[in-house]
Amino acid sequence: MSGRSAAARLDEVTAEAGSAQAAAPVTDLSAQRIRARRQRQLTVFGLRILTAVIVLGAWELSTRYLPTIVDPFFWGQPSGIWHQLVVWVTDETALGPLWKQVLVTMEETVGGFIVGTISGVVIGVMMGRNRLLSDVFSIYIKAANAIPRVVLGALFAISLGLDIRSKIATAAVLVFFVVFFNAFQGVREVERNLIANARILGANDRKLTTEVIIPSALSWIIASLHISFGLALVGAVVGELFGATEGVGELIYSAEHNFNANGVFAGMLLLATMALIAEAIITALEDRLIKWRPPAVGSEIQI
Amino acid sequence: MPPAIELHGVTKRFLTPSGAVFTALRDLEMVVQPGEFCAVVGPTGCGKSTTLALISGLESASEGQVTVFGEPVTGIAKGMGYVFQTDAVFPWKTVLDNVAAGPRYHGVATRDAREKAREWISRVGLSGFEDRYPYQLSGGMRKRVALAQSLINEPRILLMDEPFSALDVQTRALMENELLSLWANSHASVVFVTHDLEEAIALADRVFVISAGPGTVKANYPVPLPRPRNVTEIRMQPQFSEIYSEIWNDLKDEVLVSYERQKRSGAA
Repeated sequence: MSGRSAAARLDEVTAEAGSAQAAAPVTDLSAQRIRARRQRQLTVFGLRILTAVIVLGAWELSTRYLPTIVDPFFWGQPSGIWHQLVVWVTDETALGPLWKQVLVTMEETVGGFIVGTISGVVIGVMMGRNRLLSDVFSIYIKAANAIPRVVLGALFAISLGLDIRSKIATAAVLVFFVVFFNAFQGVREVERNLIANARILGANDRKLTTEVIIPSALSWIIASLHISFGLALVGAVVGELFGATEGVGELIYSAEHNFNANGVFAGMLLLATMALIAEAIITALEDRLIKWRPPAVGSEIQI
Repeated sequence: MPPAIELHGVTKRFLTPSGAVFTALRDLEMVVQPGEFCAVVGPTGCGKSTTLALISGLESASEGQVTVFGEPVTGIAKGMGYVFQTDAVFPWKTVLDNVAAGPRYHGVATRDAREKAREWISRVGLSGFEDRYPYQLSGGMRKRVALAQSLINEPRILLMDEPFSALDVQTRALMENELLSLWANSHASVVFVTHDLEEAIALADRVFVISAGPGTVKANYPVPLPRPRNVTEIRMQPQFSEIYSEIWNDLKDEVLVSYERQKRSGAA
């Protein structure tokens, strides 16, 4: 007893001495660090802008002053792309109003994303939990994963027609495999200790799945959503290329047919913007769903 | 009344991934009375954790009988508590929901389970931390959560697998004392696995010494020290040292055997 309390007292004394000395500089130091971090964020932002200015500037200048080498007819031109976007927004596209094209592609993408994610999670969890199922089907899934699945878009265009369903199917197929493999692996990687603990505490098989397996696999599944939204967009656009009457992919296709390089680039810019917005939404969702995870290393300010 | 736990002629073999048979336990005999606090000590890899897994029903014996309150163990029996060596609290649940998990798995409504959980959280001294996630707690606090999570089910048998081995010395002494006072109010039988003989004697009524693998009970020693105990004070008593040197004489040989084996397999 006496030994421990003496040690504890010693701890207190040294802690007090330490804090008394350090009190003033610590606040100073942390303010300094916060300022340094803000400074860094500004630097990063500035460098990003600078990169865009240099790339777009070089592009614009070379098409303007060296048209024999970089012909704006083939390579487009930033000012031309901007002009194209302005025309699309203020007037309309070859396929009708721009907002409608974006909306159609967005619908196809989100539809395929949802269908692919749900089926991927459900089948991934089922096969992760059942060894016989996974032993029987794993070879077929690996085989299916090995073929270039975008060609299925052609099949869906024939079997499901040229409306939204064939695009959703193409997008869903691309999304499914990524989500499936992550859900499967996530289920397999659940810590055995946690499963044993839940079972001792009285969890039955169903509770084990909903309360331990799925929450534990969730970080894997959500990590896959970042990639798979991009893939859903690819699926929707490829689906449109195989035959459609509207959508951003179709817009790009028609621009290509008119030898309108600026139109192709403008369509790509639209797709990139859609992908970035979706990425931000998924990140926000991730932060909400996995708030139990410790913050990433380096995100806290070190003093 | 039948003994709380009885292991009779228990052997446990595993098939290693390379196809060899590994015997973890051989002819193990162990009896734990209701309300008794037993400690199990032995060298690394002697099958201490396997013993707990067999009693809990998480694993089944290859040979021999495991009974709990006279009933043969066929699966996870009711009234088991298990505190694991490494963290086994659910990282995606708050402290409150972690502690409430047991009652909820047994069909208690969430609201009632949480109310009961609050009680246990205050009993292990974590009031005010109900809404924290495990990553926001220290190692000692996570152990308290694990204790409350087990004890809320009011287990008749509490199995503990080196629960405090990852804690610093001061926190450890604190937790040991709290465990003793929680146990004193619970009437549960405890099997406490540790590699620390001092901890074993300070806590237990009886210490089982397991031989170097394949594990079997080499001897068991009663610890007639008075209760209630303070684990830091009791270590200073002369009787403690006597018991310690007696058991250590026995344990020493096993530790040496195990150490020699490790050296050899390490060299190979």
